[in-house]
Amino acid sequence: MNQFHLCDQPIDSAALSRALSDASAGACVTFEGWVRNENAGRAVKRLDYQAYVPLAQSEGERILGEAKQRFTLIGAACAHRVGALAIGDLAVWVGVSAAHRDAAFAACRYIIDEVKLRVPIWKNEHYASGESGWLHPDNTPVT
Amino acid sequence: MRYNILYFASLRDGAGRDSEEVESVHANARLLYDELRQRHGFTVRQQALRLAVNGAFASWDHGLADGDEVAFLPPVSGG
Repeated sequence: MNQFHLCDQPIDSAALSRALSDASAGACVTFEGWVRNENAGRAVKRLDYQAYVPLAQSEGERILGEAKQRFTLIGAACAHRVGALAIGDLAVWVGVSAAHRDAAFAACRYIIDEVKLRVPIWKNEHYASGESGWLHPDNTPVT
Repeated sequence: MRYNILYFASLRDGAGRDSEEVESVHANARLLYDELRQRHGFTVRQQALRLAVNGAFASWDHGLADGDEVAFLPPVSGG
């Protein structure tokens, strides 16, 4: 079942959390990534996310599958916004359920770290100066 | 060979479009990017890009086929 969601509307984190509930889960860990008003010393007014949708979808699903293999989990889900966001908006949500908290904390961290590293989504920041720029961090391609 | 090229982020801005149908002699993805880089004036080096072919990540050594959908992916910044 598809648990990686690209959303062009606000993320319903309450619904996503409810979907993780399970009688055998003793722990649920969630992460929220919010739009911040500053990056590298520049005042950010708003931003856009753009995705290569089919590959973002499949790579996001792959990451969730890896998390379930590496950690003893019951459920894992992730939602990422696309389109225009304002300061304070919820940009990305990760949720994990497990019998115990060690796996839940570790898996949640793994998922957000891998999503940031691998999923084909790009951020365009709009600065107070009126300038804007696509962020292309200096990371080496995996292949 | 005909390809459908997909552009994202700064490459999309540089090309002025999100995709284009391209006719090229190259089946080598590095040479294809170099051709497009010169045509559009992209400043991103090939070494900084990831390649995707038909919706899946691909090695730069992947031989392209006529009709392929080819995407050049700048370093990502989601999350």
